[in-house]
Amino acid sequence: MAEVLVYVDHVGGVVRKPALELLTLARRIGDPVAVALGEGAADTAGTLAEHGAVKILTHDAAEYAEYLVVPKVDALQAAVEQVSPAAVLVSSSAEGKEIAARLALRIGSGIITDAVDLQASDEGPVATQSVFAASYTTTSRVTKGVPVITVKPNSAAVEQAPAAGAVEALNVTFSEQATGTKITSRTPRESTGRPELTEAAIVVSGGRGVGGAENFALIESLADSLGAAVGASRAAVDAGWYPHTQQVGQTGKTVSPQLYIAAGISGAIQHRAGMQTSKTIVAINKDPEAPIFDLVDYGVVGDLFEVVPQLTEEIKARKG
Amino acid sequence: MSLRIVVTVKYVPDATGDRHFADDLTVDRDDVDGLLSELDEYAVEQALRIAENSDDDVEVTVLTVGPEDAKDALRKALSMGADKAIHVEDEDLHGTDAIGTSLVLAKAIEKAGYDLVISGMASTDGSMGVVPALLAERLGVPQVTLLSEVSVEDGVVKGRRDGDTASEQLQASLPAVVSVTDQSGEARYPSFKGIMAAKKKPVTSWDLSDLDIEADEVGLENAYTKVESAAERPARTAGTIVKDEGEGGKQLAEFLASQKFI
Ligand SMILES: Cc1cc2nc3c(=O)[nH]c(=O)nc-3n(C[C@H](O)[C@H](O)[C@H](O)COP(=O)(O)OP(=O)(O)OC[C@H]3O[C@@H](n4cnc5c(N)ncnc54)[C@H](O)[C@@H]3O)c2cc1C
Repeated sequence: MAEVLVYVDHVGGVVRKPALELLTLARRIGDPVAVALGEGAADTAGTLAEHGAVKILTHDAAEYAEYLVVPKVDALQAAVEQVSPAAVLVSSSAEGKEIAARLALRIGSGIITDAVDLQASDEGPVATQSVFAASYTTTSRVTKGVPVITVKPNSAAVEQAPAAGAVEALNVTFSEQATGTKITSRTPRESTGRPELTEAAIVVSGGRGVGGAENFALIESLADSLGAAVGASRAAVDAGWYPHTQQVGQTGKTVSPQLYIAAGISGAIQHRAGMQTSKTIVAINKDPEAPIFDLVDYGVVGDLFEVVPQLTEEIKARKG
Repeated sequence: MSLRIVVTVKYVPDATGDRHFADDLTVDRDDVDGLLSELDEYAVEQALRIAENSDDDVEVTVLTVGPEDAKDALRKALSMGADKAIHVEDEDLHGTDAIGTSLVLAKAIEKAGYDLVISGMASTDGSMGVVPALLAERLGVPQVTLLSEVSVEDGVVKGRRDGDTASEQLQASLPAVVSVTDQSGEARYPSFKGIMAAKKKPVTSWDLSDLDIEADEVGLENAYTKVESAAERPARTAGTIVKDEGEGGKQLAEFLASQKFI
């Protein structure tokens, strides 16, 4: 069976969930060969093998942490040359898309970004994408070279599929461009203890209607009662009430959780672009005409300062 | 010293309009009003701020690849304060994908001459967000992308990139390709004076032969990817909407329980 390269996003050896989702999709097309780079790369092997990686190519060098993007492109290109894969899958983070794009150009291939599903076909993998603020669904194929495809988080289930998972060292020679952009300092994001926004099964978001940074505590309590991630509209972010890392929408994160709860958010097209593919959508808004109500499975027309605390209490009571 | 900045801009269909696909599965650009992609306004803005804060002789050129109407996007950027514009237009370009577009932009940037390229973080229509990285790869210069803060001094560009897991400070020597996010600073509105001045600013037109690009390197037929189908997403079935009469939170909890979320 053909091999499929999967670029593994990990933090110090802890594999991020989207990488495991990629393994699920890769198995539809062929035998997954994982590529893990940087500090802790070899520590990813156990988890990757459990989820279907037949082989894990690893390489560690200081360059991966000290310079932007290009060292990883060099490594992935080396892996492509070593494996001759049927496709290369990368998760659709900002960095993932940049790595994938540069790789595609180097190996003379086409690239598809932000796939939400992937199926095998006689003519190679077919990617489903959601476009124009998720108002259209398209299917596409790469027609030249080895298909390079980036996939959005939450596009597939994580599945156990034990495989050999043999660890092999990858030989990487860095290009002249590798050291072009130096990362002079890095401030890790403080952990909130909540799930990662793009990976969460439930997201609770607040907008301008929340009315102030201090009131986001209401949104956070509701989120915590459900084990959810917290999101925000751009209006709330621009007002300085919540960090930009949590913005949902066209210029923030795209989320596709099982449940999305929007409180005090009107539902502008740019916000919808980031959440419209959520399975179940719920909104709380005092304006019955708010466009968000066009999307909802359940909506409450009312004051979020009344509805949200009552909801949180009721959830806590039911969960006991 | 002089500093030549090229800002890449895209003319896109208005996101608040009814965007759809043409019969050949390319983005329909005829039926919807177009405009300068809002995300590219941030790139123009940063170029102008760099120019204003510099003692060097800075020249800001805006560059677009697109149909005749794309001149509107250039005019807007010129009226914000850019010095001159380049419009690459050729009928063979119809349907060109990101890989092909990056080729055309890179050739035009090289022909124009540059020290710094500034792009927006993504377009508001295709929104792949890969063109800046592709330009850096093609031009063989550092990629300093997705910056929410940017500065240029003594031939060095610095900036802050807020990533998923960390915020990073980046640094590279010019020439370089930069992209800026919508967090980089509100874009200015063109003044009346700016709009009048823009009418007199030079707009150079190039076609593929000016850039030594063959027709078989671009266009829909030669794209590296093929859209096989495009279907309008079925409208979501109308949900239940209740008015809060004091029990709204409890009713919502009941719904969530019925859907097994609690
Ligand atoms: C290029 C571009 C990119 C953009 N990217 C994004 C993006 O990534 N994400 C994003 O979100 N936006 C984005 N926007 C902005 C977007 O157009 C909207 O301005 C924004 O989403 C509005 O946020 P909001 O819904 O919180 O605020 P508003 O539109 O002001 O809505 C607030 C809502 O809260 C309700 N409300 C007020 N008080 C209460 C209360 N007490 N109880 C209940 N409801 C209440 C109001 O009825 C109203 O519906 C972008 C815009 C542009 C031009």
